[in-house]
Amino acid sequence: MRTRLTGWGRTAGSLAELTTPTSEDEVANALGAPAVIARGLGRSYGDAAQVSGGLVLDNRGLDAIAPIGPDGLVTLGAGVSIDDLLAVAIPQGWFVPVTPGTRRVSIGGAVAADVHGKNHHVDGSFAHHVRAMRLVTPSGVHELSPEREPALFWATFGAMGLTGVVSEVTLQLLAIESDQVLVDTDRYDDLDAVMAAMVEGDARYRYSVAWVDCMARGRRMGRSILTRGDHAGSSDLTEATRVAPRGARLAVPFSAPPGLLNPVTITAFNELWFRAAPRHRVGEAHSISSFFHPLDGLRDWNRLYGPRGFVQYQFAVPDDGAEAVVTAISRLSASRVPSFLAVLKRFGDADPAPLSFPQPGWTLALDLPVGPAALAPLLDELDELVVAARGRVYLAKDARLAPSTVRAMYPRLAEFAALADTIDPEHHLTSDLARRLRLREG
Amino acid sequence: MENAFGQPQNVVVLGGSSDIARALVKKLCAARTHTVVLAGRNQDLLDQAAAEARDYGATTTHTVLFEATEPLDAARAVAVCFEVMGEPVDLVIEAVGLLGKQLEYEDDPTMAATMAVVNYAWPVAALAEVRRRLVAQGHGRILVLSSVAAIRVRRISYLYSGAKAGLDRLCDGLADSLEGTGVTLQIVRPGFVRSKMTTGEPEIPFTTGVNEVAENILRGLASGQRVIWSPPILRYVFFALRHLPAPLWRKVANR
Ligand SMILES: Cc1cc2nc3c(=O)[nH]c(=O)nc-3n(C[C@H](O)[C@H](O)[C@H](O)COP(=O)(O)OP(=O)(O)OC[C@H]3O[C@@H](n4cnc5c(N)ncnc54)[C@H](O)[C@@H]3O)c2cc1C
Repeated sequence: MRTRLTGWGRTAGSLAELTTPTSEDEVANALGAPAVIARGLGRSYGDAAQVSGGLVLDNRGLDAIAPIGPDGLVTLGAGVSIDDLLAVAIPQGWFVPVTPGTRRVSIGGAVAADVHGKNHHVDGSFAHHVRAMRLVTPSGVHELSPEREPALFWATFGAMGLTGVVSEVTLQLLAIESDQVLVDTDRYDDLDAVMAAMVEGDARYRYSVAWVDCMARGRRMGRSILTRGDHAGSSDLTEATRVAPRGARLAVPFSAPPGLLNPVTITAFNELWFRAAPRHRVGEAHSISSFFHPLDGLRDWNRLYGPRGFVQYQFAVPDDGAEAVVTAISRLSASRVPSFLAVLKRFGDADPAPLSFPQPGWTLALDLPVGPAALAPLLDELDELVVAARGRVYLAKDARLAPSTVRAMYPRLAEFAALADTIDPEHHLTSDLARRLRLREG
Repeated sequence: MENAFGQPQNVVVLGGSSDIARALVKKLCAARTHTVVLAGRNQDLLDQAAAEARDYGATTTHTVLFEATEPLDAARAVAVCFEVMGEPVDLVIEAVGLLGKQLEYEDDPTMAATMAVVNYAWPVAALAEVRRRLVAQGHGRILVLSSVAAIRVRRISYLYSGAKAGLDRLCDGLADSLEGTGVTLQIVRPGFVRSKMTTGEPEIPFTTGVNEVAENILRGLASGQRVIWSPPILRYVFFALRHLPAPLWRKVANR
């Protein structure tokens, strides 16, 4: 049966056969199809985990979790979600070394996008914590690690599924003493102030992220809330509990009418959000959910954007390109294209993966409803700005880049494509994303 | 592939030298379109349209010849278009049409039949093949150039408008048939458009240029609405005109 698939942004859907292999053999057989790609929980925003007219392998059948070793090493199937893993790990005193802003991503998806968390400036991206993995390709199963077939190991991080299907990952977990995070919160009235504070102080915190109000204009342009913290130790709390987060209690039952999220409602929301934050607060205990995954409390919140969906624009620029962050926010705020609070973060060192997104400097992510005619050309302009600053856009969020811009943003794409050809010369592995951006053509 | 804003990369145009199609293709190429297949009857005009598409950013263009008087050849023409593309087709623009000189044709059964074939039978046959191929592909869009003339047929152009009316109504059902296939069909209903098709015809209220039509179509592609009116106000104008009593309509229509 063919199924219509889209990414989290609910744009540019396409139909494909969907199957759920439960073993490496089944995956290997499926890779014989003329066009095939893996899919996790569909949390990438664009067209990465779909292939029109082809075969999509739902990775949720690969769901085994082996016992966590005393050293915090765990071997698990690529279809296990971070949510599932935390349910097992937190009570035993372990946490995932890197978590995106939602727990509802699969380990396979975390590898394929080489995801980053609020701790990238300290701990790097997901790849940094993977000790070994198994990759099923059209040319057989590869056992990969930084020592064994390092080129293919690294190429798989950020490859968006185009080197094959990850079946199993061995991950180094992080020891924690409680399920609480101690958080310092500060409010800043403009962008320069928050960026200065992050440059100066982020090194003192494991986790750091700023929320920027892109609807505020004039003097308040770029006003922000900076939250930074680290896991609470047992001595920090009167009683250290280790309870895994629970599922969403609320859901958005159906697609909202078009235009629910417009400049007026979004400005109002941002105003409330900003006012609700304390000007300065130190050492407040937050739960893991509220600190890391605030959006997970509302299931299917992407439906709020209505039938036309939304895009997320996330880019990274080096420190000497910080001006691009300021320009992007001021253009957006001037254009009145509505955007929910934007997320600003500092990135630490990049890993050696050719298509991995993070690079040292800044990253900014913006959620934008599809609708305003000004949006497509505005984002094309921002692409130019990002390229000029030697930055890049995150493929896991993309639904609109052009093939030429991707080549400027990811100069190692040709090297990547050549490597992918060695394991898949006939180009079985492809996706709507790969076709749109010609990722297999180098 | 198409992106989140409904901007296609690979485009096939049936009736590739039509002025509206050309204006639209230029704008598409300025956004994301890189490969264009232009099919039509006149090689010189197709070559001009292809050169123009490349000027505006297309990296690859192909041309395909066909005769719209031969509906049984439509499937072949469409097949050739898809084959020279060699990649999934994101958008098919059906822009074949012949306005002709109604007053000279209306008592000529052969010419009357030709008008019906070119404006209705050929497009219907072509759309059948386009539908089959896009559905197999799992995604794609079809854009059919209809006309406001299809909503209420004028005495002065009933051969053309009547055929367009048939096509327009058929496309409504065709669009419904695509529900759940990943493929969508949108109908474009421009008002009077200044173009080579209409040179010499008297202009009427709400006349626009081809660029304005192209601009309205681009917006419509982004929003996904079933019917794209150009200018958009005609949606309401024709709602009124459709219900006008016949004697009044004749007065309005013959102005
Ligand atoms: C609310 C929200 C917040 C987010 N926050 C962050 C963040 O802070 N940092 C960040 O980095 N990302 C973030 N993301 C993006 C998300 O982490 C990535 O898109 C991730 O890849 C999604 O995983 P998934 O399991 O949903 O994969 P999918 O979206 O289903 O697939 C993503 C890619 O992974 C590939 N893939 C899936 N399984 C496998 C496999 N077994 N083998 C090989 N390839 C596979 C697919 O082919 C596809 O290319 C966020 C997303 C949302 C919705």
